[in-house]
Amino acid sequence: MSDNLTLPEQQGATGTSVETLLEVEGLTKHFPIYGGFPIKRKVGAVQAVDGVDLTVGVGESVGLVGESGCGKSTTGRLITRLLEPTGGKISYAGQDITHASRRQLAPVRSEIQMIFQDPYSSLNPRQTVGTIIKSPMEVNGINPEGGREKKVRELLELVGLNPEHYNRFPHEFSGGQRQRIGVARALALNPKLIVADEPVSALDVSIQAQVVNLLQKVQEEMGIAFLFIAHDLAVVRHFSQRVAVMYLGKVVEVGDRDSIYNRPRHPYTHALLSAVPEVAVDDEADDKERIRLAGDVPSPIHPPSGCRFRTRCWKAQDKCASEEPPLIQLSGNREGHLTACHFPEDPTTEPRAEDVVMDPALKALEDGETEEPAAKTAGD
Amino acid sequence: MTSPTKAEGSGPSVALDPELASTTEADKPKKLEGRSPGQLMWQRFRRDRTGMISAGVVIFFFVVSALAPVISSLYGKNPYTLYAQEPDYPFLLDDFAMPTGTFGGVSGEFWFGVEPKLGRDVFTMLLYGIRNSLYMALVLTTLCVVTGVLIGLVSGYFGGKVDYWLGRVTDFFLSFPNQLFFIAFMPIVTAMFVSPTDETPTYLRVVAIILVMWFLGWMSLARLVRGSVLSLREREFVEAAKVSGASRWRIVRKEILPNVVTPILVQATYTLPSSILNIAFLSFVGVGLVEPTPDWGRMFAIGADTYEQDPAFLLFPGAALVIFILAFNLLGDSVRDAFDPKTGR
Repeated sequence: MSDNLTLPEQQGATGTSVETLLEVEGLTKHFPIYGGFPIKRKVGAVQAVDGVDLTVGVGESVGLVGESGCGKSTTGRLITRLLEPTGGKISYAGQDITHASRRQLAPVRSEIQMIFQDPYSSLNPRQTVGTIIKSPMEVNGINPEGGREKKVRELLELVGLNPEHYNRFPHEFSGGQRQRIGVARALALNPKLIVADEPVSALDVSIQAQVVNLLQKVQEEMGIAFLFIAHDLAVVRHFSQRVAVMYLGKVVEVGDRDSIYNRPRHPYTHALLSAVPEVAVDDEADDKERIRLAGDVPSPIHPPSGCRFRTRCWKAQDKCASEEPPLIQLSGNREGHLTACHFPEDPTTEPRAEDVVMDPALKALEDGETEEPAAKTAGD
Repeated sequence: MTSPTKAEGSGPSVALDPELASTTEADKPKKLEGRSPGQLMWQRFRRDRTGMISAGVVIFFFVVSALAPVISSLYGKNPYTLYAQEPDYPFLLDDFAMPTGTFGGVSGEFWFGVEPKLGRDVFTMLLYGIRNSLYMALVLTTLCVVTGVLIGLVSGYFGGKVDYWLGRVTDFFLSFPNQLFFIAFMPIVTAMFVSPTDETPTYLRVVAIILVMWFLGWMSLARLVRGSVLSLREREFVEAAKVSGASRWRIVRKEILPNVVTPILVQATYTLPSSILNIAFLSFVGVGLVEPTPDWGRMFAIGADTYEQDPAFLLFPGAALVIFILAFNLLGDSVRDAFDPKTGR
């Protein structure tokens, strides 16, 4: 690895970091819905992101997980300023960039980069790999030592591609290789923060591990902070020091990796963890609690009042509908482990006395299974 | 993961072409260079025999029209002289002003025969007619492509209100009946430049024809480009360029424009022959180029007057036009196939 690629000092991979790089407060994005005839007017709004609080420390890797459609990607796009926030505040290294224009953003641009989900559409089919990786440097007027081409070749080597691929075109590469090119492009500007929007979910499972390891190597060696957006909990667990769980445009629980995976408090986090399929040997099969939710995420056009998870929560009470739970540190939680729930669960993922099965169909199926042998013996 | 060098050897495009496979094998130690989408298209196009033949025909027409003065000076005639009145060529036309020779007067002197009534040389008339039509069609197509691309790009990339209003303007222009409009407006446009009592110079007629046809010629391309840009705008590589801080102009120029070149090129190869037909049509109905300027369309008008007495006259301009339009359309098909091999015909 060449020296000029590494940032000043290597960040340790120890949980919470000292210095805050990115701070997001009450970030909101509402997409307006227009309707009516003959004059179109605003009839509602998709509240894709509604008050997200998040911090990313220098060199820290934060995972952002949640169901499809909960606003993870929108949050990522707001932070990279691809979308204009409706409300809230984004500050990067103490500088407010919430509504900064392209010119105002210019000095910060090179420090916040993005890795995209689909490696097939994130590379311009008409440009060579060299041009693709070089163009961020051209835009920002960066002239590295030894010229841009040398730097591109170094980057290609860094991400595990042959530097000779400089003159090739994206269509000549596989999905994993393309994603590596995307990583190289993000690294071309020596960023301090990379927003990775589901960087591996479009890839083969066998390739996913390679790309995740590459990202991890990059993160550790170059001290780049990551906001890692994913719906694959296993990947996030492997990659992130801190994890934020999102539900319907809000962060419901945030904490260090160990707290979220082993000591979750929010019922939704419990449900999410329980939904991860596991390959287990027979006698180990029962060492995890079992929660099955019913229905879909409610519409972000008319989100439920109070706690947004209450419509699918097995502990919901009147208070949940009237009062929105704040994101606070509950008693018994570690420093930095915040939960937004009125009636938090016990901090464990051990199996509980009775499985929580909210889905009526699944419930009927399981009840039938247990009753059937009983009925048979009665009939004999 | 497959190593890149291995992947190259097993690539489908290489497997399709054994000749190429061997060349890349040989070149590999020297330099690894990818083939751009453009190069791939060229490879595919070269394998298309129809495309190559029609490209040859089209190029032949362009060369012939570009060299028209040279050819006619070698041939020793011009399209303006009334050879029937020259003392060197007695008895070229009979008493009814029809060519005396067989098959419209075809001879060693007059390769394509002699024009009835005025007795001009058909070969040089056709040469200069093709030349005029091709040049006008080229200018016209270029103008239409540039306008269409500009309007389509702006409307597709900026979207919103800009897109809405540009779309309505496009619809408005599309609702004009083309040929009626051309016929009605040619005299008006000409009169804008020259008083109707004066004689109109030929270049002004040409400008007027191009203006009128440009006015109603850019819409289809604008719509096409708008559609392509709309789909490209949402692609992640455009977002990646935005994240790197690229300006709108740079994104349009470097990221979007290279990706819409294909539909533009294909559409242009269809537009050119149709504008040749339109220009010929205008001259045929008498609002295009007038005597004595040699013109493809007017040769049909002359032929249509005398086809009962002298059917041979129509043959040469007619055959030339059919061959040219057919070749150009086949070329357009081949270009499209080469650019986009997945869509069947």
